[in-house]
Amino acid sequence: MERSEILNKVKEILEPYVKNEEAFGNINEDTSILDDLQVNSARLVDIILAFEDEFDIEVDDEAADQVGTIGDAIELIHGQIN
Amino acid sequence: MTRVVISGMGVIAPNAHGLNDYEYALREGKSGLRHYEKLEELKFGCQVAGVPQGVDELSTKYFSKEALMAMNSNMIYAAIAGIDCWKDAGFNIPESGDETVDWETGAIIGTGIGGLDTVGGKLVPGTDAGKARRLGSTIVEQIMSSSVSARLTGFMGLGGQVTTNSSACTTGTEAVIDAFHKVRGGQFKRMIAGGSEGSSHYIWAGFDAMRVLNRGHNETPKQASRPMSASAGGFIPGSGAGVLMVESLYSAQERGARIYAEILGGQVNCGGQRNGGTMTAPNPEGVQRCIKGALQMANLRPNQVNAISGHLTATMADPQEVDNWCKALETTPSAFPTINSTKSMIGHGLGAAGGLECVAAVLQLQKGFMHGSLNCEDLHPELEAYAESIPHQTKEMDINIMAKASFGFGDVNGCVIFKKWGT
Repeated sequence: MERSEILNKVKEILEPYVKNEEAFGNINEDTSILDDLQVNSARLVDIILAFEDEFDIEVDDEAADQVGTIGDAIELIHGQIN
Repeated sequence: MTRVVISGMGVIAPNAHGLNDYEYALREGKSGLRHYEKLEELKFGCQVAGVPQGVDELSTKYFSKEALMAMNSNMIYAAIAGIDCWKDAGFNIPESGDETVDWETGAIIGTGIGGLDTVGGKLVPGTDAGKARRLGSTIVEQIMSSSVSARLTGFMGLGGQVTTNSSACTTGTEAVIDAFHKVRGGQFKRMIAGGSEGSSHYIWAGFDAMRVLNRGHNETPKQASRPMSASAGGFIPGSGAGVLMVESLYSAQERGARIYAEILGGQVNCGGQRNGGTMTAPNPEGVQRCIKGALQMANLRPNQVNAISGHLTATMADPQEVDNWCKALETTPSAFPTINSTKSMIGHGLGAAGGLECVAAVLQLQKGFMHGSLNCEDLHPELEAYAESIPHQTKEMDINIMAKASFGFGDVNGCVIFKKWGT
C-alpha cells in the first residue's frame, strides 16, 4: 500500500477527533496529532485500535507511544503491512 | 432562606421531545409505549417499553461524532434534556474553544441503573473474550454512575458541584429536592437537576424476572400501562430524561428569566424497611411522613394541595399510595385533590421517572390543566371512592399547589411541593 493511500485512510480515522480544521486541511507528514490537530490525548487509544482494525495489524503499547505525527503513524502502518 | 424557583426545563420522553410537544402529548393522552421485537426475540414476559423516538437523528444535531462515540443512550437523553433546559432558561451553549467556567451553576443529574447498554454490549463481552486491551478509551466514562452529569455539564462548562444521585425510582425527584436545598442554602445560584435512564433490555430484564412488569398487553402496547386500574398487571419500563433549572428567585429575577413555578418545600426519607417496608415495598409511615414533611417545610396546610402527580406505577402498590396521600393530607376520598399518573403514557422511567414527571407536573401547574390517566376506566375497587379525583381526560383547572412524589426500591421516598408562579 502506498503512503498516500495510508494517509487517506488515517485521515478518515482521525476526522471525528480533530478540533483544528485548518490544520487538518493542511495535513502533512509533519503534522502533530495532539498539538496541531488538537486531538484529545485520551482518544489516541481509540485511534490506534482503529489503525489495527483498518490495516489488520497489531500495534504494541511501546510502538503506539512513539506515534506523535502523521508521518509516525504512516511509518508504523507502512512498516507492518509491507 | 433564599426562595427557589424553576426557570427552565428540558425533556425527552417516550411520547415527546421538548416542552411544547410534551405538553401536547400529555394533553392529548398520547402513549409513548410500543412493542419491541428485541424483547420478543429474547423471550421477555413483557415486550412493551417506552423509548424516546427519533433519537439517532436528533443526536447528530446535538452532538459531534466524537462525543457520540462516547455516549450511551442514558448520556444522550440526559444531555439532550439538559441542553434544552439550559437554553430554555435563557443560556447559550458556549462555542467550542470557549474556556469560560460558570462557577455559580452546578448539576445533580441522577440515574437509577446506569449505562447497562455499554456494560452488556461492550464491557462484558469484550472483557470475557480476553480483549480488555481493546475496549477503547470510552468505557469508563460511559459506565461510571456520574456519566450523565459529567457528560452534560462539560457542554456548558459548569463549575459548581456536579454529581449524580441514585435512589432507584425516587432518583429524579430526589435530584430536584437536593438541588432545591443547595440553592435555598445559598451554596449555588442555580443547579440543573433531574433524572435520566437509558433504554436497554439489560436494564429491564431483572424487572421482568421479578414479574413486576405487565405481561398481558404485548399486542396492545398503548393499553399496557394501567395505573390505578383493577386490571393493572405491573409497570411498563420506560426511559428518557427530564431536567429542570432550579434557581434562586433573586438570580432568576436579576437576569429577567421566565419563572415556571416556585419550589416551596421538599422532603426525602426512607421507611427503614420496617413496618411493611422492605427492599421493594414502602413503609406507609415513611411515605406519610415524607409528604407531611414536605408540606411542613412549604408552610402549607394539607388542604391547600390542589393536585397530585402520583408515583402510581400500575402495581399492587397504587391503592396503598393513594391511601397514604389521603392520610398524609388528613383528608377523605370525597375531598381528595385531583391526582394523575404520567406513567400511564410513558411507562416507568425508573431513575428518569422523577425528572420526566416533575417536568410534567410543573407544565400542568403553569398551564392550568391535569392530564388524564390512561387505561384506568376500570378503577381499582379500593380507588372507587376517589373516582371524582381521577380524570380520564385532560381537565383544565387552576392549580395553585402541586405535590409530586416518587418512591423507590430501598423503601425510599421523595416529595416536592411546587407553587404556581405569580399567585
